[in-house]
Amino acid sequence: MNRRLLFLLPVLVFAGLAGAFWVGRPRDPRRVPSALIDKPVPSFALAPLIDGKPGLATADLATGKPALVNFFASWCGPCRVEHPILMRLQRDGVALQGIAWKDAPDDARKFLRDLGDPFQRVGIDRDNRAGIDWGVYGVPETYVVDGKGVIRFRHAGPLTPEIVRDVVMPLLAGGKP
Amino acid sequence: MVAELGHYALVLALLVSLVQSSVPLVGAARGDAGMMAVAGPAAQALLALLAFSFLALMHAFVNSDFSVLAVALHSHSAKPLIYKIAGTWGNHEGSMLLWVLILALFGGLVARYGANLPPSLKSRALAVQGMLAAGFLLFILFTSNPFARVLPPPPDGNGLNPLLQDPALAIHPPMLYVGYVGLSICFSFAIAALLEGRVDPAWARWVRPWTLTAWLFLTGGIALGSWWAYYELGWGGWWYWDPVENASFMPWLVATALLHSAIVVEKRDTLKGWTILLAILAFALSLIGTFLVRSGVLTSVHAFAVDPARGVFILALLVVSIGGALALYAWRVPDLKGGGLFAPISREGGLVLNNLLLATATATVFIGTLYPLLLDAVTGQSVSVGPPYYNATFVPLMVPLLIVMGVGPLLAWKRADLRGITGRLLTAGAATLVVAVWVGSLPLNRHAEAYDLATLAGFAGTLRLPAAALGMALAAWLVLGALGEWARRVGLFRLRPDESWQRARGLPLAAHGMTVAHLGVAIAVAGFVGAGLWKHEVGRVLKPGESLTVERWQIVLAKLEDETGPNYKARRAVFVVTEDGGAPFLMAPEKRIYDTQGQPTTEAAIRTTGLTNLYLVLGDEAGGGAWAVRVLVEPMVPVMYYGIMVMMAGGLMSLLDRRSRVGAPRRARAAPVAGGPAAAPAHGDD
Repeated sequence: MNRRLLFLLPVLVFAGLAGAFWVGRPRDPRRVPSALIDKPVPSFALAPLIDGKPGLATADLATGKPALVNFFASWCGPCRVEHPILMRLQRDGVALQGIAWKDAPDDARKFLRDLGDPFQRVGIDRDNRAGIDWGVYGVPETYVVDGKGVIRFRHAGPLTPEIVRDVVMPLLAGGKP
Repeated sequence: MVAELGHYALVLALLVSLVQSSVPLVGAARGDAGMMAVAGPAAQALLALLAFSFLALMHAFVNSDFSVLAVALHSHSAKPLIYKIAGTWGNHEGSMLLWVLILALFGGLVARYGANLPPSLKSRALAVQGMLAAGFLLFILFTSNPFARVLPPPPDGNGLNPLLQDPALAIHPPMLYVGYVGLSICFSFAIAALLEGRVDPAWARWVRPWTLTAWLFLTGGIALGSWWAYYELGWGGWWYWDPVENASFMPWLVATALLHSAIVVEKRDTLKGWTILLAILAFALSLIGTFLVRSGVLTSVHAFAVDPARGVFILALLVVSIGGALALYAWRVPDLKGGGLFAPISREGGLVLNNLLLATATATVFIGTLYPLLLDAVTGQSVSVGPPYYNATFVPLMVPLLIVMGVGPLLAWKRADLRGITGRLLTAGAATLVVAVWVGSLPLNRHAEAYDLATLAGFAGTLRLPAAALGMALAAWLVLGALGEWARRVGLFRLRPDESWQRARGLPLAAHGMTVAHLGVAIAVAGFVGAGLWKHEVGRVLKPGESLTVERWQIVLAKLEDETGPNYKARRAVFVVTEDGGAPFLMAPEKRIYDTQGQPTTEAAIRTTGLTNLYLVLGDEAGGGAWAVRVLVEPMVPVMYYGIMVMMAGGLMSLLDRRSRVGAPRRARAAPVAGGPAAAPAHGDD
């Protein structure tokens, strides 16, 4: 082999790798594919977190209107980062359902009292019973559920304005992201 | 206010790094001494500014200034002071700042102690350091500003991940960073040499101490990380082939290869293209390690991967730095004057084989680490690559490597006479065989009950005994190979003891260092093999007052108690343990729940005899006052860490050798610029 070509090899291999990294760079929506995409929400029923506000169960998610289901916890830093976005979504009229995940009820209530409560219904999933069925592995996680109770999208980690604009809103409007 | 000053210093540092990366380079191209001389002061200024900026961030952490976003997210007022300080680099933004600070520290050291380097080489190397600093400062300022404020400030912070609240982990990342970033000096010297178009033995001597320093810190950092996983995660394992571990292991493998190939450049003025490539790759893998894996660009870790802009920025930085370096390599290396070919049976032949095996081993780890990520990128399929893969690829490569390691030091440079060493090889071989047979006759753990690392690792039951025998025999072979050469050089048993002593004193420290380092590898190999194959695990449910016996230990669960730590609550089980009816002692594993995050962690209780660890883990409550308890008897685990320490001692001896100090010219009595441990290579006064 030509000697020069041999020395060209490292940079070529690297170029291939960099190309693969580019293709595989995290476009958050598809980062952690959920096994439940396009499947109906698992059957679950959670007790209410807050007096006077209902808890959350499977039937509440097949109302004909698409909704966001947000898993949060008072002990989770990124949840605080994401919270203003949820508040804005609520002001924009999006149906938001909350699940307090692996959290002490008092702490979760305080969290919502301090930062604002954007949810229509909040269930408490203290021992991760519903979380396991949903496939939650950390908080925050957010699911888009269409009006028929089918999960259309899952986002792991805090929502960003870009994801809301590019993926969540189109899905809620009934389109494709 | 302090935070704003820190931010301001960071911006100034960016400007200085731009000067450092351009003016000296032009100067070197034109032969303008004045312009080249800018490099040194610029590097010092960069270091001062970044040190200030880092201290400003630390100030915010120590004073729990929750108006700084990074502090609010990663610190907590109830945290002990040491973890507040460690919190400075326990998050993405702060760790990036630490990274550039260390980069500047190394640049500052070269500037300060590199007076004897050829001016053009020095200014070019510093310019490359400046470019790296500029790239990462841009990254920090535009995507990861550690001084960003949050309004209104939260009343208290969100704490540090309780798993990370541990002394070993407080120093583990900085240590690894010193190792990673230390390799940047090899990288900069390699680029400078490519620009100069000249690689010679002198170059190899200049690079060697920096490689050794980086290698020492990498070794220490990896060992600390493994030790932390061993006692904190409560699984009783010390290496998981996890992407993050692999990320630090790959630069280590390449740095080890570089240490050895640089010797060939130094002694025989050949193997230059390969050595330059290793210098580039070692740092490239460090970058990939720090940024692709740790910052979560390729693995999805909630905390870090939130901002896609970061990933794109990092990728661009990697393409410019690594891609640029490799392109320069392809262009310039063919014109380097190469040395002659050499005989396969020679010291350099052995070193080349060492390099080939280490490089192949690195490739297997690289593929194992990146394959799942690449497959996911291309097909969206998720797979995981676990220990069975590495046992089938990496471990078999270590066998020939260890064999060569035993023979290599016995061979002479240029053309070795195999017949001359046949006697010694036969002696070593016979002794090795004896060890193999002896180990083969030892009983394996007879009462392993459940989970067993060796089976998990893919060694079928019948293969475990031969595997253990082979592993121990290799360790013995290595000991004899290392000591054999040393004994010949000092004339042990051949000369009178006082003559041998004289000879030993006459040997360069680096020669002793090699022997010690190789012995360390032998000890560590024995530890790996023993820990992997003789582990014995028992899981039981116990009520207070009940007991169980594992091998020679009688273990009684005395009581369960609650404990309140500074920022956690714990359930602690107190065991009374006796070894073969000896004096009883207490062991108390815990389960902790941290206040702010609610995340439980296990604190294993470990009792060591110096050779064997007894490892107790408290599991979950089983009802009726009974608790799940795991007992692990782990022979040879401490030995593994001893081996690594001996290896590091060998590296340190080599670093303190007068010749490497001559190689890294120094000014007498000068204090290191920022007092960091990284100052070791240049002022190893003794």
